[in-house]
Amino acid sequence: METKTKITGAHAFMQALVAEGVDTIFGYPGGAIMPVFDALYDYDKHLNHILTRHEQGATHAAQGYARVSGKVGVCLVTSGPAATNAITGVADAMLDSTPLVVITGQVGAALLGTDAFQEIDVVGITQPITKWAYQIRRSEDIAWAVARAFYIARSGRPGPVVLDFAKNAQIQEVDFDYKPCTFIRSYLPVPEVQPNQIEAAAALINQAKKPFALVGQGVILSNAENELKAFLEKADIPAAWTLLGASAMSSDFPLNKGFLGMHGNVGPNMKTNECDVLIAIGMRFDDRVTGDLKTYAKQAKIIHLDIDIAEIGKNVIPDAPVLGSAKDTLPALTAKLNPAKHTEWIASFAEYEKLELEKVIQREVYPESGEITMGEVIRRVSDATFDNAVIVTDVGQNQMLAARYSKYSQTRSLVTSGGLGTMGFGLPAAMGAKMGAPERTVCTFCGDGGFQMTIQELGTIMQEQIGVKMIILNNHYLGMVRQWQEMFFDERYSFTNMQNPDFVAIAKAYRIDGSEVHKREELDAAIADMLKDDKPYLLVVNVEKKGMVFPMVPAGACVTNILLGD
Amino acid sequence: MENTLYTITVFSENTVGLLGQITIIFTRRNLNIETLSVSPSAIKGIHKFTITLLSTEEVVSKMVKQIDKRVDILKAYYNTDEDLVFQEIALYKVATDKLFEKGSVEELIRKYHVRVLEMNADYVVFQKAGHYEETQQMFEELKETVGVLQFIRSGRVAITRSKVERLSDMLESIQEKFEKNQ
Repeated sequence: METKTKITGAHAFMQALVAEGVDTIFGYPGGAIMPVFDALYDYDKHLNHILTRHEQGATHAAQGYARVSGKVGVCLVTSGPAATNAITGVADAMLDSTPLVVITGQVGAALLGTDAFQEIDVVGITQPITKWAYQIRRSEDIAWAVARAFYIARSGRPGPVVLDFAKNAQIQEVDFDYKPCTFIRSYLPVPEVQPNQIEAAAALINQAKKPFALVGQGVILSNAENELKAFLEKADIPAAWTLLGASAMSSDFPLNKGFLGMHGNVGPNMKTNECDVLIAIGMRFDDRVTGDLKTYAKQAKIIHLDIDIAEIGKNVIPDAPVLGSAKDTLPALTAKLNPAKHTEWIASFAEYEKLELEKVIQREVYPESGEITMGEVIRRVSDATFDNAVIVTDVGQNQMLAARYSKYSQTRSLVTSGGLGTMGFGLPAAMGAKMGAPERTVCTFCGDGGFQMTIQELGTIMQEQIGVKMIILNNHYLGMVRQWQEMFFDERYSFTNMQNPDFVAIAKAYRIDGSEVHKREELDAAIADMLKDDKPYLLVVNVEKKGMVFPMVPAGACVTNILLGD
Repeated sequence: MENTLYTITVFSENTVGLLGQITIIFTRRNLNIETLSVSPSAIKGIHKFTITLLSTEEVVSKMVKQIDKRVDILKAYYNTDEDLVFQEIALYKVATDKLFEKGSVEELIRKYHVRVLEMNADYVVFQKAGHYEETQQMFEELKETVGVLQFIRSGRVAITRSKVERLSDMLESIQEKFEKNQ
């Protein structure tokens, strides 16, 4: 879209958003952004603005939206406290490589640096946690800055961009002429595939007897799910996924051997230290995956495929780095692979699967007596949604168990705060996910703690009638912290016990349907009631108070040092 | 591990806040910048940062990648002293009467290749270019003998010995690749 007319900066801004294909904005108005909100009033046919109840909610909603749709999530908030409230979501998006454009209002350029009302240094504060942060001080810069912001947010390894929009620039008139940005000379988002790197990696894989692949979010971000499958199938390579790589492979894919890391499956962790070639694809060797780096996969040749050169060698030094987008590098690598079979190696995962089923899964997912467990609720919801739902989690036990026991039949099905581990993420992210994938069922699992961190978003859900299915796994504890206190702090339960409100009554006050389950027999009927239509619903399940997440590799331990809790 | 002095060279677009973007990468890792010098480069609109840092190669190489990753950074790399021709400049202000009490300044000027920038009844300003040890040695000597009223040393400026890719060539090839892909 190219136009050339004299309009206000705020209107120019609206046109720029429309030109970038934006259709949904999560925001909250206030003094320094009022001219933009005033212009938004004229754009209600193009831009669906969702009024959240807190700016943090707006950022997490935009994250949820971006994660399921692959589009850039957009937030619009005012200056000062609104900007600082938005910081958590910006930081979360930075660590989880989520494309966001967050627009904050700012005092007029003449007042900058004077400690004016609701003035803070947004660019200064957000620079360490953004891909790019820029202050628009003149309306002439709007088209350029918006085009650049969207290009940077979505290209290469995605991430958040903050545009700090001075009020005078919102008001001044400008000749508006919009051109999308496709090139920045100091920024090369997708490195070219280097044939010599492909050759070296292929040679290692072709010699491997016990290859093992680690699948990260890079596969999802580059839409390389099919390329991944072709790669794994050609050389018969078993694979496991990181938290953010969940659903890149469907749960029933035969080479999918499960979840990596601290609360991952036993097999993938053990096999990390047994394989002869480890192929990391679009993942960053986070400490929650590797445990102690000194003992991590020392026996293996390591191949690391990543789009970000700064990730190569950051934590684990690869024998064969492969720089580029997985969308390009995987097919290039597959072409050089000899078809192979690793039947015995793949079959060797089974003994760990059996062990984990007996020692951990049986008790957590299929208990026959005692209190309700989190794992069984999660699996029953997965079953009832035919493994097709988008699962959004909060942070803690609910998150680890939801990642473990949900099944995934399609990509972009787990939305979770992996890097930052933000409690309070679940509820607003689920709203955004439902907006981004309205045709899908969206279920969010929250603990009683995290749910109360952003509980006010029930107001947004009520107003917009966003059909999210909210499940509170209520154990009256900050469960993961309690688990650590039990295991590592001598059972000194320092401030982890919670007296909770009647959550269903709160939902009712927001005119949202809900029910509460105390007994196992009530669970299936309540889940069916929750899923009967596309309306918002709150299901509170009272689960065992002292439930634990196992298996567990203690922080900083070797990946084979897995506690089963038996 | 033994720390080595590394010189980090950064070419960037001349945008507001660039220095902040670079320094936060040091701050986050609790690294102390030894010297810093920033100026326009040979190419209009591009700034050059020269930063020295005492650290290990592992730390420096990771940090340079993080710097290079920032959107407005064109290029960042690091060298050790062997790879570089480098220089610092120092200014010394001493009291004229003290200096004359000492007698002749010829020896000082010959020994340190000093230039005199200003001389009046109250004070004399010397300039010396050299490596850190050289400018430091002259400072020590002046302090011992006549006293130093003011002393200032610049950050390092450096040029690589090896035939590295020139920035202008790099920019051209980036532009060419972009146009080819259009």
